[in-house]
Amino acid sequence: MEFLNYFGAVFEPTAMLLLVGGTIGGLILGATPGLSPTMAVALLIPFTFRLEPAHGLILLGAAYTSTVAGGAVSAILLRIPGAPANIATVLDGYEMAKKGLGAQALQLAFLSSAVGGVFGVLLLIFLTPILAQWALAFGPSHLFWMAILGVTVIGTLDSKSVVKGLLSGCIGLWLSMIGYDDIQGTERFIFADALTGGINVIAALIGLFAIPQVIDMLTKGREPADVGILKVVPHSLMASVREICSRPRALAIGVVTGSIIGLIPGVGGQIAGLVGYDQARKFSPEREKFGTGHPEGVIAAEAANNAMVGPSLVPLLTLSIPGSPTAAVLLGGLIIHGIFPGSDLFENHPDVAWTFINSMLIGQILMVIFGLYTAGLAAKVSRVPKSIMASAVLVLAVFGSYSVQQSMGDVYVMAALGVAMYFLEKYGFSAAPLVLGLILGPIAESNYIQGSLIAGAGDGRAVYFLTGGLNFFLISLVVASVAYSVWVSRSRPSSEDSARETTT
Amino acid sequence: MSASPATSTVQHIVMTGIVLVVAIIVTWLSYTQTPVEAFLFPQLISVFFLGLALWTFASAVLRLSRAGEGIEFAAIKNLAPGLAILLVYVFWMAKAMGFYAASTLAFFLIFTIYDPSSHGAPRSWLKRLLVTAGFMAVIYALFTLVLKVQTPRGWLI
Repeated sequence: MEFLNYFGAVFEPTAMLLLVGGTIGGLILGATPGLSPTMAVALLIPFTFRLEPAHGLILLGAAYTSTVAGGAVSAILLRIPGAPANIATVLDGYEMAKKGLGAQALQLAFLSSAVGGVFGVLLLIFLTPILAQWALAFGPSHLFWMAILGVTVIGTLDSKSVVKGLLSGCIGLWLSMIGYDDIQGTERFIFADALTGGINVIAALIGLFAIPQVIDMLTKGREPADVGILKVVPHSLMASVREICSRPRALAIGVVTGSIIGLIPGVGGQIAGLVGYDQARKFSPEREKFGTGHPEGVIAAEAANNAMVGPSLVPLLTLSIPGSPTAAVLLGGLIIHGIFPGSDLFENHPDVAWTFINSMLIGQILMVIFGLYTAGLAAKVSRVPKSIMASAVLVLAVFGSYSVQQSMGDVYVMAALGVAMYFLEKYGFSAAPLVLGLILGPIAESNYIQGSLIAGAGDGRAVYFLTGGLNFFLISLVVASVAYSVWVSRSRPSSEDSARETTT
Repeated sequence: MSASPATSTVQHIVMTGIVLVVAIIVTWLSYTQTPVEAFLFPQLISVFFLGLALWTFASAVLRLSRAGEGIEFAAIKNLAPGLAILLVYVFWMAKAMGFYAASTLAFFLIFTIYDPSSHGAPRSWLKRLLVTAGFMAVIYALFTLVLKVQTPRGWLI
């Protein structure tokens, strides 16, 4: 209970000011397409130079937490995830917004984010030593299978076609290999100058989600604004609280899944929302409603992506291993203040460590208050005509992708991937598994190479990657995930037919 | 806006055919390029890529694929001007004219072409000009003043 001794420091005026400022700023940055949590935290690091270490970390921690939650705003209202962690929120959140339930979707998103976030930070506080030991048990072969599991789970999320979902994942994995090989420095699949540095994930994310949406708006021509698409009807907050309380399964699955994924070093938070969503769908008696604007989809995805935030800091704070890209940027924020994570942090700087962790707990409450205020203003976004929305999203996508590395190559990649994705989507392919392949590709490859080197000195690659209890468990999950989705897709037509017969 | 069944089948064959060609190229490069160590992972992935692409193409040819509704001609006609502006803006105007000038022009053109308001009324032209100027001012404040992003300058800004 050492952390209780440092709670007072969070309520000091400067600390509170930074916490509130970081939360509001993070919510706005998170809701802005193209401005990811990683980018927001990285942009804030220079502002922490003149602050005390604890205050600097409070600002970064608040931004990290609130950008993940803020990304839900654009995911729900624009179908553009503000951050990779919000990809799954698009699936049902946008469908709810199309039905005029945008305000409810936003309320559910922020409330479930807060529940997940508080649970994640409590895990960080109470279980840090135990869980860090568990996460450390993962070797290269396990991390490789975790990455592959991430892609296959997401690939099977595509309700239209399991094969095309998996194929989209393969395309993403291939895209992740474009550029120079990290170990040999060899050129791979560089067909144009813009691809020399590889494909930037943020630029790709903007292109794959924003550009198809822009083009889709244009296909309607000069039709008057369809007020039904993003109509946001005021919704009672208490009704949303009751809605969440009535769906404890989705909330619990999201929280537990996000916490577990956050703990695994390197895997990061991008897949937390998607895996949480997928698991909630698979365990739901109303699984056919997922993807059509089902509240459980939003609850599970947002609870998972915020539950991931606290645990993703466990390996960072105890072992210097970032659990996510944003945690890696936070590591830089610690080091510039001369603080090195590990036993040194908790033994020599407990005030910094615990004030930072406690501020994340308080930040969850602030995030709900300010997030819900954002939800109240969200109706204004829905009134923007499609002609303005398409133009605005296009310009924002161009500036957002350019600002990542100030490179025109990223803008070209963004546009090319976006236009290609629009046409691919029309033929049953999906953006989500493609993006996951792109994000998890480097993790899968580096662990595959490391595992191959270890295997070379031992019993060979097959034995190293295919044997052992944990490997067997993860492979079983990969196979079961694909097999289950194939079974569901094959049984769907007959169940639909029987449902039609019943209604007629 | 979904295409007719016959058109959709042809479109599916063309699209899955393109994906298959990409998969063949990726697989061929993965197994022919050196050093082999740099292509170990591409070799592993390309096997699955090619297998799934072949399956999808065969499904489209044999008309087993039902996923995806295709694109109707009317939709292509509607999106063509906007898509052309998008491509010219990104791949030429942004660098040649300057980021802000090109973005302002692209925003204004797409807004004007797809705006359901009358193209003959002076008020609607004024509204478009004001919205474009207002939006670009926000973009300038966010990216240039706050984030200090240095954008490319061409003939203009």
